[in-house]
Amino acid sequence: MKLALKIWRQKNTSEAGRFVSYQVDGVTPDMSFLEMLDVLNEQLIEGREQPVAFEHDCREGICGSCGFLINGVPHGPRRHTTVCQLHMRFFKDGDSLTLEPWRAAAFPIVRDLVVDRSAFDRIIQAGGYITAPTGSAPDANAILVGKEAADTAFDAAACIGCGACVAACPNAAAMLFTAAKLTHLNALPQGQPERDERTLNMVAAMRSEAFGSCSNHGECEAVCPKGIPLEFIAGLNRDFVRAAFRPRRDALVVHGAPLHPAHEDA
Amino acid sequence: MPIVLDARIPAGPIEQKWDRCRFEMKLVNPANRRKHTVLIIGSGLAGAAAAATLGEQGYHVQCFSYHDTPRRAHSIAAQGGINAAKNYRNDGDSVFRLFYDTVKGGDFRAREANSYRLAQVSVDIIDQCVAQGVPFARDYGGLLETRSFGGVQVERTFYARGQTGQQLLLGAYQALERQIAAGTVTMHPRTEMLDLVVVDGKARGIVTRNLQTGAIQSHVGDVVVLATGGYSNVFYLSTNAKASNCTAIWRAHRRGALFGNPCFTQIHPTCIPQAGEYQSKLTLMSESLRNDGRIWVPKQKGDTRKPNDIPDSERDYYLEHRYPSFGNLVPRDVASRNAKEVSDEGRGVGPGGHGVYLDFRSAIDRLGIDVVRDRYGNLFEIYERITGDDAYRVPMRIYPAPHYTMGGLWVDYHLMSTIPGLFVGGEANFSDQGANRLGASALMQGLSDGYFILPATVPDYLAKAELSHVDTSHRAFRDAEEEIHQRTRALLHIDGERTVDSFHRELGRLMWDNCGMARSDASLRRALAKIPELRDEFHKNVRVLGTEEELNQSLEKAGRVADFLELGELMCTDALHRTESCGGHFRIESQTPDGEAKRDDTKFCYVAAWEWTGPGQAPALHQEPLTFEHVHLAQRSYK
Repeated sequence: MKLALKIWRQKNTSEAGRFVSYQVDGVTPDMSFLEMLDVLNEQLIEGREQPVAFEHDCREGICGSCGFLINGVPHGPRRHTTVCQLHMRFFKDGDSLTLEPWRAAAFPIVRDLVVDRSAFDRIIQAGGYITAPTGSAPDANAILVGKEAADTAFDAAACIGCGACVAACPNAAAMLFTAAKLTHLNALPQGQPERDERTLNMVAAMRSEAFGSCSNHGECEAVCPKGIPLEFIAGLNRDFVRAAFRPRRDALVVHGAPLHPAHEDA
Repeated sequence: MPIVLDARIPAGPIEQKWDRCRFEMKLVNPANRRKHTVLIIGSGLAGAAAAATLGEQGYHVQCFSYHDTPRRAHSIAAQGGINAAKNYRNDGDSVFRLFYDTVKGGDFRAREANSYRLAQVSVDIIDQCVAQGVPFARDYGGLLETRSFGGVQVERTFYARGQTGQQLLLGAYQALERQIAAGTVTMHPRTEMLDLVVVDGKARGIVTRNLQTGAIQSHVGDVVVLATGGYSNVFYLSTNAKASNCTAIWRAHRRGALFGNPCFTQIHPTCIPQAGEYQSKLTLMSESLRNDGRIWVPKQKGDTRKPNDIPDSERDYYLEHRYPSFGNLVPRDVASRNAKEVSDEGRGVGPGGHGVYLDFRSAIDRLGIDVVRDRYGNLFEIYERITGDDAYRVPMRIYPAPHYTMGGLWVDYHLMSTIPGLFVGGEANFSDQGANRLGASALMQGLSDGYFILPATVPDYLAKAELSHVDTSHRAFRDAEEEIHQRTRALLHIDGERTVDSFHRELGRLMWDNCGMARSDASLRRALAKIPELRDEFHKNVRVLGTEEELNQSLEKAGRVADFLELGELMCTDALHRTESCGGHFRIESQTPDGEAKRDDTKFCYVAAWEWTGPGQAPALHQEPLTFEHVHLAQRSYK
């Protein structure tokens, strides 16, 4: 089959980008979407035009590298499917498709369909871990984890950090990503000692990046290739309130943006 | 200077070697640790775990990854699980049994002392990962679940649904991010190592390319750790991620690190077959499918009927009748070789005839569709997503694919290569796995090296090495940078007629046909004649557009393929010299009367370590003899 593609081309972060139209022939239903782009790129190189840059690696839907908008939808039309696992049998001969990178202030465009998602790493740095230096662990079965907590933690830990949730959100919020990591770690007994600090610090880090706020549209859940549910955001809000208002011995040190307005000394 | 391969295996009983080694190692005072810079290349299980752990200890760590974030490394794609000799099941497992299974499974081409240590450390890995919050499967009492894997008789495999690699990597990634926040580790994402710098005979740094800006930069360190994964992508089509490549280890090899057993590659029997020429990678289907699926091909050549139209009497369930006692559950190498054989006879199915059926009809009749769905539902879904076929109604098509490389840079017991100060961990080293790796042992080795072995052996080196002051103005760095610029400009300057991918595909085909599942003297000689021709053509006729100073994915690929074109030749040279069959290396000339792999222990009971002697020159072979004191040499049989 034959497709008409409109693809966002942008040389680097500082130069302006634009849409360029391409025709791609010889597409077969068994190809993955990225293999279709491989074919296009081979055609472009033949014609001495620079290939379209796009991020990808495992092509099995697990590494989280790939992702762009197909006709405005992150990862394209199929639910619970990353674009590397999306096959051309879901498209028709003669289809017109518009491909563009994630659009979010927090994800600057690097080139063409490639964006910079390092803001996600900085959210993890703020507290997305359990402090367990190597060698200090007790026997693995000394920590009992109830089945429900284990299953919830796993459901949340399935997040691949692709950024589709941010791209789909009208506010470009990173709430689903942050909520997934918090739910994973806060659900487990090992995660309890740092629960409040983790929650406050990760939320503060998220706010200090150029992400917007959540206003419960639910677009993130709809496009998440791993089916991370919206209810985890409710859990984040609950944990945040709990952490912020719980009386404690010492004032919490929150990295990044201050949680409450600082005292203004005269 | 002649190279002496000293594996530095500690003396004493095998159970005490690692403890003794740790006690004998020199330590670095906590106050002095931050004065040492450790360069770690790769952020998969081995790299991220080593970076996080050495950072916790107080060393100044610089970690490099060509991905946009360390969490993308290909360790993430491992499905099945991770072995550990915990014996939580009380089913007779022990450190010694895991060690024994590893040596035997590796077909007696692994170092006993290393395999024993791997089994020993396995128990600590599970503790460490649980403490970090890795969500392993649990039973209703809250205890850890295990399952059996890869034909062993105990249930020692810990797992997190079908995403064990992802969860273990996220654990290591989070530990790494914690150290980045603490300032002990500096992360360099989108940065690819293009050369190793050796000063006064010691590894002292690397030169990298910033993939976003193209900037070439030198980095000085006291020690360099490579954890850059395997090289299955030499076959172009493999289960590896698209960017997985050999450049880091190959450049180190060219700088003097010996390459161990390059021909030991593992072909996984149950992958989704290639659908067309455009195919970019192969997807693994869990081996567990062979528990209930029956493998067959039509008895008649070129039978084009639909599978369900072929009656039972005209189907050849070839594994069941050739191996009555193991049937469809023969080990990976045996299953793979047989699939190739029947396909080569012209009885393969699907596009191009490269495939065999994996049929669940009798399982559905016997167990009911609900039980089958319960056991394999997610795998049937993956299959349907990729092929569009409903495996509940038509048999799956499967075919073997390159999956893992047991070979890699030669390392001693400390995981140090033949270049002092250059350490190698995970799949990148020639490994504790011998000539064949057991299922669920790759994750174990990556984390063992990363969390426990390197953080013990690297400090010992730092404490003992007498390192002179070196900075990036040193001539060795300047020269390496200049060489990289020249290499890059040469690639951009060729402006030929063929794309990088077309060369990579052709190399892959050559390697698969001649140095794949079955190798012969003739096939290897054919490949050795053709690879240099292809390499010459590549350097005359490849087309790489764009410039050095920008994100240029074709240029990245071109550099990697240029190195694969050299490594492929070394693999064939190694495979040609090893005239025995062992594990994943099957030489047609060396088989038992029943067609099984036949080792030759009198001639080949050694690690083949190859030395680079210059471009276009024959590599020099060095041997590290292997001795087996605890697991006695025996022929495998699965009849």
